[in-house]
Amino acid sequence: MQVRFPEDERFPTWKITFLEYLVAAAFIGLLFGYWRLQIGQHQELLEQAEHNRIRDLPVIAPRGRILDRYGRVLVDNFPSFTILLNRDNASRLTDAHIDEIAEALDLDPKDIKALVKHSAKLPRFQPVVLKQSASLRDVAFIDAHRSEFPELDIIQSQQRFYPKHGVAAAVLGYVGEVSQADIAKPGSPYRPGDLIGKFGIEKEYNSILRGRDGMRRVVVNSRGQEVGTLGTIDAVPGHDLRLTLDLNLQLAAEAALGDQPGAVVALDPRTGGVLAMVSHPTFDPNIFTHPISVKTWKELTTDPMHPLMNKAIQAQLAPGSMFKIITGTAALETNTITPQFTIDCRGQVTIYGHTFHDWHTHGTVDFHKAIVVSCDDYFYTVGKLLGIQKIDYFARHLGLGHPTGIDLPGEDSGLIPSPAWVRRVFHRQWYPGETISVAIGQGAIQVTPLQIAYTIGGIASGGIFARPHLAFRKELEALGADPPSDTTIRFPLHQSTVDAVTSGMWGVVNQPGGTGVGARCPGLDIAGKTGTAQVVSQSLEDSAHRARFRDNAWFVGYSPSPDPKIVVSVLVMRGRESSVAAPIAGDVIKAYYQEMGKKSSPAPLVSQKKGGKTRLDTLATVQ
Amino acid sequence: MRNSLNFHDFDWILFGLVLAIATIGVVEIYSTTAQTALAGQFRKQIYWVFLGCALTMIMSQIDYHLILAHIHWLYLLSVFVLIAVLGAGPRVAGTHRWLQIAGFTLQVSELVKLVIILAVAAMFAKRRNKAVTWGELAKLGLLAAVPGILVAVEPDLGTALTYLPIIAAGAFLAGIRRRQIMVLGLIGLLALPLGWFLLRPYQRERLESFIHPKQNTQGSSYQVTQTKIAIGSGGLWGQGLGKGSQSQLGFIPVSHADAIFASFAEERGFIGTLAVFLLYVILLLRLLEGARAAADRAGSFLLIGFAAVFFFQVAVNIGMMIGWFPITGIPLPLMSEGGSSMLFIFLGLGLVMSVKMQRFVN
Repeated sequence: MQVRFPEDERFPTWKITFLEYLVAAAFIGLLFGYWRLQIGQHQELLEQAEHNRIRDLPVIAPRGRILDRYGRVLVDNFPSFTILLNRDNASRLTDAHIDEIAEALDLDPKDIKALVKHSAKLPRFQPVVLKQSASLRDVAFIDAHRSEFPELDIIQSQQRFYPKHGVAAAVLGYVGEVSQADIAKPGSPYRPGDLIGKFGIEKEYNSILRGRDGMRRVVVNSRGQEVGTLGTIDAVPGHDLRLTLDLNLQLAAEAALGDQPGAVVALDPRTGGVLAMVSHPTFDPNIFTHPISVKTWKELTTDPMHPLMNKAIQAQLAPGSMFKIITGTAALETNTITPQFTIDCRGQVTIYGHTFHDWHTHGTVDFHKAIVVSCDDYFYTVGKLLGIQKIDYFARHLGLGHPTGIDLPGEDSGLIPSPAWVRRVFHRQWYPGETISVAIGQGAIQVTPLQIAYTIGGIASGGIFARPHLAFRKELEALGADPPSDTTIRFPLHQSTVDAVTSGMWGVVNQPGGTGVGARCPGLDIAGKTGTAQVVSQSLEDSAHRARFRDNAWFVGYSPSPDPKIVVSVLVMRGRESSVAAPIAGDVIKAYYQEMGKKSSPAPLVSQKKGGKTRLDTLATVQ
Repeated sequence: MRNSLNFHDFDWILFGLVLAIATIGVVEIYSTTAQTALAGQFRKQIYWVFLGCALTMIMSQIDYHLILAHIHWLYLLSVFVLIAVLGAGPRVAGTHRWLQIAGFTLQVSELVKLVIILAVAAMFAKRRNKAVTWGELAKLGLLAAVPGILVAVEPDLGTALTYLPIIAAGAFLAGIRRRQIMVLGLIGLLALPLGWFLLRPYQRERLESFIHPKQNTQGSSYQVTQTKIAIGSGGLWGQGLGKGSQSQLGFIPVSHADAIFASFAEERGFIGTLAVFLLYVILLLRLLEGARAAADRAGSFLLIGFAAVFFFQVAVNIGMMIGWFPITGIPLPLMSEGGSSMLFIFLGLGLVMSVKMQRFVN
């Protein structure tokens, strides 16, 4: 029944044997291949598997808030989202894919490529920040496109918020993404995309405000979805920082200056605490929490009024007549003159063969009147008697020509011209006539609004100069920070000198013919001095007769007089007339007393010229 | 003709080996899919194994000569169905591979392997020459090429390639001469560039990434990178069932199907690899021994044809996982999830049993 095949029709059995050996050989080969991976490269490949599944997600530490002296919030945070980029599969990040990401998240592909390049040295499984303050649209998009963009992650974070927008912006500063240079510094704790203070207090006290980011080690699947947590390192929030600023006073100062370009500084000369600091035009620091557009950045940086400059510490201008206080103090302290020294002002005076003009003809002028009416001729004469060396010496010791040391980045030093300075810079001799200009605060001399407040406050306090500051020294110490050295400089002045000078400044505001009557506030004891920093020379002004319109108007005032609790300097750049500055200072001082809740009863209108007041006792109550 | 079911010479050891491997496969499918949307897939695989066992039993009772006598009809039917699948079959993941029968989708190309094995056996069953002629070689080539090309354009190059070991084994057994091998090799070499142009872009990419694995770790060599990581992280003892991070977290594509051995190696380690290798080797050697003892030429051809496909698929699939071969859609026999593949193996096994059980029938 069965069809049988003869034996010889079979193929030789060696062929089967051959196939058997082939099978055995193939499996031995494969076994070798698996041995190499599973035994030989086990550790290495296990590590790669770990990197595949483990992702270290940063837990962003909220930045400390910035508060005013009464704890009112100046800078805050609110919850937002940060988009992270995972580079553990770098080859996935082809140019084409980066373009897709850029389009989806509204970013510049060039920035992403730079980020990938700059973060190449970081551990692969550590994601980097791709976009701060992501919009809800971005978050929704990523959630919906997990499989297309497995390398994107969303984490909760805090966005910096400046609730008062432009108020005190130049003081508070702003934050931005850390620069490549900062990351490259040895020991730098920063990763690309981290936030860092870029300006103002945010920069100065970045290390206090910053906090320490935590980390969450999570298990992810191949689509980048979290499936578990392996461990957590909690974030350490940054410390809140209390400033000496008084928000209400700040608001009053901002309002008083209005939209005029310039600066206002209010100091407590007893402590050096800055009560208000205004620089106009201002900017809204909130714009820096999002990637700033090129257009906005250009507008900010090319604005002729430099909104990104803190004019309170960076505007260096001639102090004008305010400098007469320094010249006068020097003359009295050196006994070059007495307060009874009198000249006959005829509107001009010729010294060293050069005619110097006064802005007015004042007649018979003694020291007091010279300050009240701001007589140029008087101080031309005093300047000649003093000589540049003494003016220079006193200006420097009264706080000018060098930074005050305030805890803000970028403070300028101002300039006190001297024979040594012209020799060093211009390689020439000092012209004696220059001394005469410097004596009334014109010429190459430059001061900042902060310096003039510091100097005048110090003189009115009898020669005690408390270093201006914004953060409380004791609180910095409590935070473990290294506070700037507490340098209260003592340069004691004779009581008679202080009396003569302060009484003069009281007259400026309160006496008929005083140049600073605009600062007068009924019921308040205010003293001060005006100044006009000429932008063009006197002779040019005579011919053009409109240069005055381009002058910078200054006023420095304090209250009460003497022994002030507050000193306010005001600079109005390109003010229409020099008198615009004084009322601003008056407004600020008025607001100060209102803010005090009239607790400290205002000093009587008529200042106590003498009497048993011990100035140093008052100063001993330093904060 | 037997008139009652007879399992007297049924190769229970071979059957046991098959069940052992299938069980390991089912467990691994369970492990890799338990946490995914495919959970429960392992149950389907169990049903296929049961169905396969039944089919093996039935096939073992059929005299294979009966099938060999009608193989030309079966072959023509296969070609017809392949054309039908191409024209009218459902489109799954961009390919036409499937035939829908009573709710089941069947990958016809898998069953065609069996038809080609039978056709080759039938072709050489009665010949007396010790050496194969050029004409026979051409016929052999055509036998695989017609369904092969139809399958390749589905496109399913992987399955089409599995037809090659069948005719290669056939030619080897029938007595191919050295000169013929050399000429065919030369033709193959010359045809290589032509083949390149016929490949689809994704196939070219796979081939390119196979040649330069470091260049593109994202596209197709991503798969090899990930399977290698999985296998290597298994170490000696493995990560444990359900604990392989690569397979559990989806880093291995199709970890329950074509890439099941990578998941297995990750979770069971080198010990597991060794065990499965031994099972496969014993199974293959037993098939080859069966060929030695077969009652006739046709039986030997059937066993060796089946062993050839089986060996080819196991070696290529397992080699693929460690980057020895380019990635192609070739499932691992008995372990990869998939009904059609299972069906082919168990039907083939039934045929093998049929051959074995006729040894002593006189």
